Order: sequence, then structure tokens, then C-alpha cells
Amino acid sequence: MTLKTQPKSPVMHTTHIRKDKSQIVINAVTYVLVTIFCLMCILPFWMIIASSFSSEEGIRRTGFTLWPADKSTFSYELLFRSPDQMIGAYIVTICLTAVGTLIGLFLISMTGYALQRKDFPYRNGIMFFIYFTSLFSAGLVPFYLLITQTLNLRDSYLAILLPLLMSPWLIVLMKNFVKAIPHEITESGKIDGAGDFRIFYSLIMPNLKPALATIGLFLALSYWNEWYYSSLFLTTKVTYRPLQYHLYNVINKVASLKNSVAGSNVVITDLPGETLKMATAVVATGPIILLYPFVQKYFVAGLTVGAVKG
Amino acid sequence: MQKAAAQKVINYRKPSLRRTLGQNRTLILMCVPAILFFLVFAYLPMPGAYIAFTNFQYDKGIFGSPFVGLKNFQFLFASGQLGLLLKNTVLYNLAFIVLGNILQLAFAIMLNEVQSKGYKKTAQSIMFLPYFISDVLVSLLVYNLINYDYGFISHLVRSLGGEMPKVYQDANAWPYIIVLVNLWKSTGYGTVVYFAAITGMDSSMMEAAQIDGANAWQRIRHITLPTLKPTVIILFLFAIGGILKGNFGLFYNLVGNNSMLFKTTDIIETYVYRSMMNSFNFSQSSAVGLFQSVVGFFIVLGANAFVKHLDPDYALF
Repeated sequence: MTLKTQPKSPVMHTTHIRKDKSQIVINAVTYVLVTIFCLMCILPFWMIIASSFSSEEGIRRTGFTLWPADKSTFSYELLFRSPDQMIGAYIVTICLTAVGTLIGLFLISMTGYALQRKDFPYRNGIMFFIYFTSLFSAGLVPFYLLITQTLNLRDSYLAILLPLLMSPWLIVLMKNFVKAIPHEITESGKIDGAGDFRIFYSLIMPNLKPALATIGLFLALSYWNEWYYSSLFLTTKVTYRPLQYHLYNVINKVASLKNSVAGSNVVITDLPGETLKMATAVVATGPIILLYPFVQKYFVAGLTVGAVKG
Repeated sequence: MQKAAAQKVINYRKPSLRRTLGQNRTLILMCVPAILFFLVFAYLPMPGAYIAFTNFQYDKGIFGSPFVGLKNFQFLFASGQLGLLLKNTVLYNLAFIVLGNILQLAFAIMLNEVQSKGYKKTAQSIMFLPYFISDVLVSLLVYNLINYDYGFISHLVRSLGGEMPKVYQDANAWPYIIVLVNLWKSTGYGTVVYFAAITGMDSSMMEAAQIDGANAWQRIRHITLPTLKPTVIILFLFAIGGILKGNFGLFYNLVGNNSMLFKTTDIIETYVYRSMMNSFNFSQSSAVGLFQSVVGFFIVLGANAFVKHLDPDYALF
């Protein structure tokens, strides 16, 4: 305290102002390398947008470029001429993301709270029961048979919703967040005669906002980017696929590309395959890129808490 | 009053199981959904690993299919298939871990030396962006760049008079491509983690060094790096613990079912997925999966024991 009130010593002052040679070199190298890397992180996205606004002819002539060769919105017109698939995919994805994130968040925080209570005698046993599953698993095949045969969830959206609800890592992360809330809050609740669930719901939850934001975003991202369980469990019988799986199909299967614009009176050979892929990618990924600047700080917070002790 | 309190203490010392269960009823109930979740989705499939020792027939189910002992494993070893998968998986992971950590550390240290707060923040946000997008989109970005006919890089090479190889038919190009794409995707994430570790460091040593006239390079070498050493070693060991786990999404989206590239790109996860979904070879697929789970389990145990030896605080269990 006393140090702070003293005027800064002249030595401190000069060392702060004076920059040594290596500092200048390091700064220059940093600005160059980091800026190049940042450009490498952004430009591919930009290129997809630019290509989606290009004409198919232009891409055939100049390849994918950073600026559309011949500007055209034909791929978007085509996409929105029969928008059923896209709108269906959006609705499915938004519903899965909203429902999954809300349920998952509630269950994870409830479990995380119970497991960090020092007076809960079974906390270590239950934690080990949960944690063990990240060390050893039966593998993909038995899991696949469980979903498709035992639970009979093939072609059901539940096959995507349920497995993504929680993970040992998210529960540990939540536990670490809850630990930071003073134990006195629980104690005061107990004295007032509140039950454990009541304490969690009315006293702990309101103090967990940053944790809920962080873990909610991890959950939401895993639902929004979901294509893996869809590819395992949704067959062609399902009309509306989640967005990223729809995109996967558009990229990989010409057949589904043709289906997605069927009935729009376009001769198949004229299909702007490349630009349509790009336009689908823009529409499917747009929201997450637009939201990114607003939510990324919560991810950074989560990484900082989670990294210290995973 | 006192008697009752004494009674309570005695009861607390020797609580019956029923009493403990009763007292913690709510807390137990709060854990029930999670317990059920992991019971169903993680423990219930475990007996199903038996399928690796059978010649699985779909109509007979797992436990009705004929038992064949270790035949599936013997076949996978003898055909060299498992060896190739192991080699690919381990080598890719080693490249990811070593190159990734060097890059992440370097970026985190460099960013820490920059004075401008705005630049630090913006750079971190932008570097983190690739982590946000699905592997499906990543595959499209790569296609955009290196596709033979229309790719950005292909056109650039051609306009400079060079000849672009047809990469989607050239297995030798893919280790480089996959490692680069993985670095692209994971550098931001790791940089943020290391950067947080640096900002959490005790700054008094830094200031002392500054007063003593240490230059930036000396400060990095003698203070920042040694302070980060435990974090680096521990993250490294845990990464080694997962060395048999592959990034399925990345590999499958980049390579897909392009069998021309399998020699250099097939990892355990992609093989397991394909042989189940495309060739319906459930028994062999699960044999590879079980091998990965069991060996991987012991590697994690080993890594954890090593971490515990170095610093018990960081051990997982």
C-alpha cells in the first residue's frame, strides 16, 4: 500500500519508456506473424462469401477468388426458390440447440452444484462414476447398437439431442465455477430452512450467470455444429436434417444437391454446383459468425477456468 | 438440550446407511439425471464390446452371434491394417501436439509482449474463430483453396507458371495438409490457454528483471518460459494420454471415402466408422475400437501417474 503512494522512482520510469533492441524486434515479429495468421483465419471465410456471390461461369474461368469475378446472386435465388430444405434445417437446428442447451445447462449445473458440496458424502463416488466414462468407453459399435437397437432411436431427433446433453468435461468445468461461490450462501440458505434444491435454484443459480453463459455456449455450439450423430442415426427417411448435416450432404452428394432444387425448373446440367455449395455454407454458418464477436469472450472465460484444472 | 446435542454427535459419528441416504436425499436426487445419463449412454454399451470376439450377425444380436475368440484381432494384426491405423493415428497426434504447442506458446508469449491492449484482444478473438466452425465447413474451405480445377492456390500456382498437383488423388500431400489445417483450427484455442497462464503469472519477478535491465528476450528466456514449464509439461502429458484418440470430424470431412488417400490418412476413428457404416463389418470395427479403448486407457493411466509424480495437484485422480 505504501509503495503505491510513493512517486515512481526515476529508474522505473526510464526502463518503462526505454525500449531495448530485442523488445523492438520481438514486437515487429509479433505484429507481422500474428497479423498474417489472423488474415489466414479470416480470408477463407471471406472467400466463401465472395464465391457465393460469383457466377458459376466466373468460377470456371478464374477459380475461387477473393472478389467475385462476375457478380451474381443466382445461387441464392436458386436456394430460396425452393427453400423448404433450408427452412426445415433451420427449424430443426434451432429447436435442437434451444432445447438441448436449456436442459443440458440445467442438469449440468444441478449436478455440478451437488458434487462440489463438501458435506455430500457420495460426491467422490459419483464424480468417479462420471469421470471414468471419459477414460474408458465401449467404442462406437456398441454405442451405435444401443441407439439403433436397444433404444430404437434411429431416425429420431432424440438420437442427436440426448447424447450431447452433457459430458464429464462440462460437469467438471461447472463444478470449478460453482466452487468459486462462497459456501456461506449455502449455509445461510440452510439456516433459513431452505432445502438443497431450493438453495441451488434460488440462491446459487443467480450467482452462476458467467458459468451458465460459458457452458451454455459450449453446449449451443456443439448442437449447432452437429453433423456426426446425424450422419450415424438419420437415414434418408428423415426429410429435414440439422443444418451442418444438410451442408455436409450438399457438399458431398450431388444427388442431394439436385433434390434440394428439384421442382425449380432448372436443368440439372446447368446447376451452379460450386456457387450453390458456397451459398448453402454462407446461409448455414452465417448466424454463428455474426454472433461470434458477442459471445467469444465467454469462451475465453471458460477456457481460463477449465484449463487451470481440467 | 445438551443431551440432544450429544446424541446428535454420536449419530453423526456412526450414521447408518439409511440415515445418510435420507439426509442427502435431495442432493442424490439432483445427481440422478446425470447418473442415469452416463449409465445409459456410457455404461450400458460396455458389455456390448463383447461383439469384438464374435462373428456378428445382425439378426442374432450381440450375444446370439457365434463366439470366435481373438480371431478378429488376429486378422487385423496379420493383415497389417491395425499397424497402419496405429502408425497414422500416433504420428498425426505427435505432429499436432509438438507443432501445435510450439506455435501456441510462441503466439502467447509474443502477444504478451505487445503493449496495445486492443491488438491483443482483437488478435485473440480472430485466432479463436476457426475453433467455432464445424468440420463440415472446414472441408469446404480447404476444397476452396486446393481443389485442382477451381482452387485459389491452384490458380495462383498456375498463373505463376507452376504445375499444381492433383492433391485429391495424391496421398503424399495429405499429411502436410491435415497438419496445417489442424494447426489452423487449434492454434487460437491453445494460444488463449497459454496466454491466460502467462497473465496469471506473478508479475513481481518481471518488474524486478526490468529494473535490473534485462531485455525482452532475456525476460522471456529466463522468466516466462521457466514459469510456464510446469503447465506445458502437464498439458503435454495429458495430450500424450490421448495419443490414440483421433479427431474424427476433421479427418472424415477432409478425406471422406476417397480411398486413394487412405494409406496416409486413415486413422482409427475413420476406419471404425467406415467399416461399420459402409461395409457393415461390425465385428472388426468394434475390435479396432476396443483395442483403442483398452490401450488408450492404460496410456492415460500412465500419463496421469507421471503427472502425479511431478505435481500431485494437477493429477486427474
